[in-house]
Amino acid sequence: MIFQKSILALLFASGVGAVGALAAGPHALAVWRHWDLESGSARQLRLERRSTLVSTGMALLLTVQSVALLLFVFNADRMASQFVGAMCAVGTLRVDGFGFPALLAQVAAFFGSSVWLTMNAVDGRCRDRPLTRARSALLLALIPVLLLAFGLELAFFLGLDANVITSCCGSLFSIQAPGVGGDLAALPPGQAMTATFLLLGGTAAVAARTVHRGQGGLALGVAGILAFAVALAGIVAFVSLYVYEDPHHHCPFCLLKPEYGYRGYAFYVPLLAATSAALAAAALAPFASARERGPASAGRVRSATRALAGVALGGFVLVLLLMAWQVASSGLKLLAHG
Amino acid sequence: MRNWISRQALLADYTLSALARRRGRNLALFTVYAGIVFVLASTMLFTHALRREAHALLAHSPEVLVQNLKAGRHAYLTQGDLDRLGRLRGVSRIEGRRWGYFFDPVFGATYTLMAPASESPGRGDLHVGDGVARVRGLSTGDTLALRSAAGELHVFTVKKVFSSESSLVAADLVLMHPADWEAFFQLPGGVFTDAALSVVNPLEVRSVARKIGERLPETRVILREEILRTYEALFDWREGLLLALASLAVAAFAILAWNQASGLSADERREIGILKAIGWDTRDVLTMKLWEGGLISGAAFSLGTLGAFVHVFHFEAALIVPVLKGWSVLYPRFVLTPSVDAVSLLTLGLLTVFPFTLATLVPAWRAAITDPDEVMRGTT
Repeated sequence: MIFQKSILALLFASGVGAVGALAAGPHALAVWRHWDLESGSARQLRLERRSTLVSTGMALLLTVQSVALLLFVFNADRMASQFVGAMCAVGTLRVDGFGFPALLAQVAAFFGSSVWLTMNAVDGRCRDRPLTRARSALLLALIPVLLLAFGLELAFFLGLDANVITSCCGSLFSIQAPGVGGDLAALPPGQAMTATFLLLGGTAAVAARTVHRGQGGLALGVAGILAFAVALAGIVAFVSLYVYEDPHHHCPFCLLKPEYGYRGYAFYVPLLAATSAALAAAALAPFASARERGPASAGRVRSATRALAGVALGGFVLVLLLMAWQVASSGLKLLAHG
Repeated sequence: MRNWISRQALLADYTLSALARRRGRNLALFTVYAGIVFVLASTMLFTHALRREAHALLAHSPEVLVQNLKAGRHAYLTQGDLDRLGRLRGVSRIEGRRWGYFFDPVFGATYTLMAPASESPGRGDLHVGDGVARVRGLSTGDTLALRSAAGELHVFTVKKVFSSESSLVAADLVLMHPADWEAFFQLPGGVFTDAALSVVNPLEVRSVARKIGERLPETRVILREEILRTYEALFDWREGLLLALASLAVAAFAILAWNQASGLSADERREIGILKAIGWDTRDVLTMKLWEGGLISGAAFSLGTLGAFVHVFHFEAALIVPVLKGWSVLYPRFVLTPSVDAVSLLTLGLLTVFPFTLATLVPAWRAAITDPDEVMRGTT
């Protein structure tokens, strides 16, 4: 089934991203080991020249990699009609054993890429390039992730077989189902709602504080990761029930289907944007102090941290409001006062 | 942010005038680029439209079809078989259907002869599809003589010709009275080609199919979702294969773009040298070069996609139809509903703009790191 336009495009984007990162590896390693902006040596000049190419190339590849995550999920949902037993993306991802690992690797690559892109953009604005070595280290760390994501994606698409009878989301996200999906579905909706709203609100407060002070990116990063996990759990535990108006349908992937107005994208896109902004703010945190960096660079990093915290604040608040609106406007009443 | 935007606007403005100075070379590149986008976009738009048509058509077809088998070959269902199906929970309607194929040796076309259970034509009358009417030159009131397999000549009167709007489903269709159908094919009364079942709840379709298998073990059960799945797989495969072949053209184009971007003329080198001498840094020149590629990409992508839209929806995709649609004497003439999906556009961008940008990146960087001093002296 590999001869499908979306699969060809996804494999191309992922393959080029992985090969590009691998090709940039030796340069990233050299920068990590020898970068010294004070030096006027031939090696330093060579590194500086090559940095322009590697930065621009990787920015292009990783931007495409980030967009490919959405296409991957959309494609999995669209392909569900081609497998017996599949009702949504879950069915497609479970046709072989590589679907969900490929999705998780794609999400990891998305977060890594978005943090690298932010660091690259901020670094480009500072004269003394304070983030160059750190983003080279991040690029080195991203290489295995991108290779893994490509390998899993290739294995997943090669393993797709229309004759396989797959299982639908009901067997993964139901109270009786074993594993994480079943555990999340079994969470009491009232408590899950309280925990989700509190944590999203708390993270928004941390983001607001970071916007105000221009510091505290590390705390925002930790809170952002927690909020991301809890928001996903909340979507399974109660948001999905209110969207489908069915107390037993917990699937977080059916939200992406046209019959529910592609509502899942309204939740997931701001959630992914807010979380990656929070992570990027955390990555910038060590460079926001004027004592270690020049005041000009520290100022620019703080200003970037403020902007990122603003994105995180907007994203988490938007997700919170969307969830609350979904609960309030649904025909399903799960709670005594709801 | 405002600074950044005005800086990009100025760079774009400068790049446009630079492109205009080398219009011959850029126009050639642009033409090939737009041509490749046109072919890929035509394929995507056409298969997307066909998929939509298949979904729209099958939305009104029965959820389950039952065919009888004897020794693994198709056989007729009898009224007794339909009675054995009896009442199945979830099935709102069971209808025995009479239809068969008739090959017309004079015109080399195959007609579908069908006798609907309700609203069928009267004895000796026919309702014909526009494809049959076109091939045989028929209009309402004409007579049509068909020679059956037994060699007997059956003469019918055409009472109605279906409009061309129904061509996709009725091009090869000939409707007749059930008694005429049985006489033409020399079949006994009370036999059916297959049975169509309507199932109200889509979640119960598989359960209904299982029960049919238990009650009539010799039958073959075909689900609408299976037909849809087959269509999806077929269109996806044909489209993917064509795109995979076209990707060779994309690869060749990327090499051409690389070559063209690498071969800087003496004028371009001098221009970059002067720009750097007056204060542009490597990033500025690289951004300018990327703007150059971006503007060509944007224009080629827009024009190629627009051309593909016109080609598919106004000229019936004449250039790619033989590969994607198949062929038949009575192939239906139908107008595709214009529609564009965002995923196709995104995929198209990934398969065209992305490789072009990548291919021009390294040559652009090489141009950007040109040493102004060397260029001025003419040593490179």
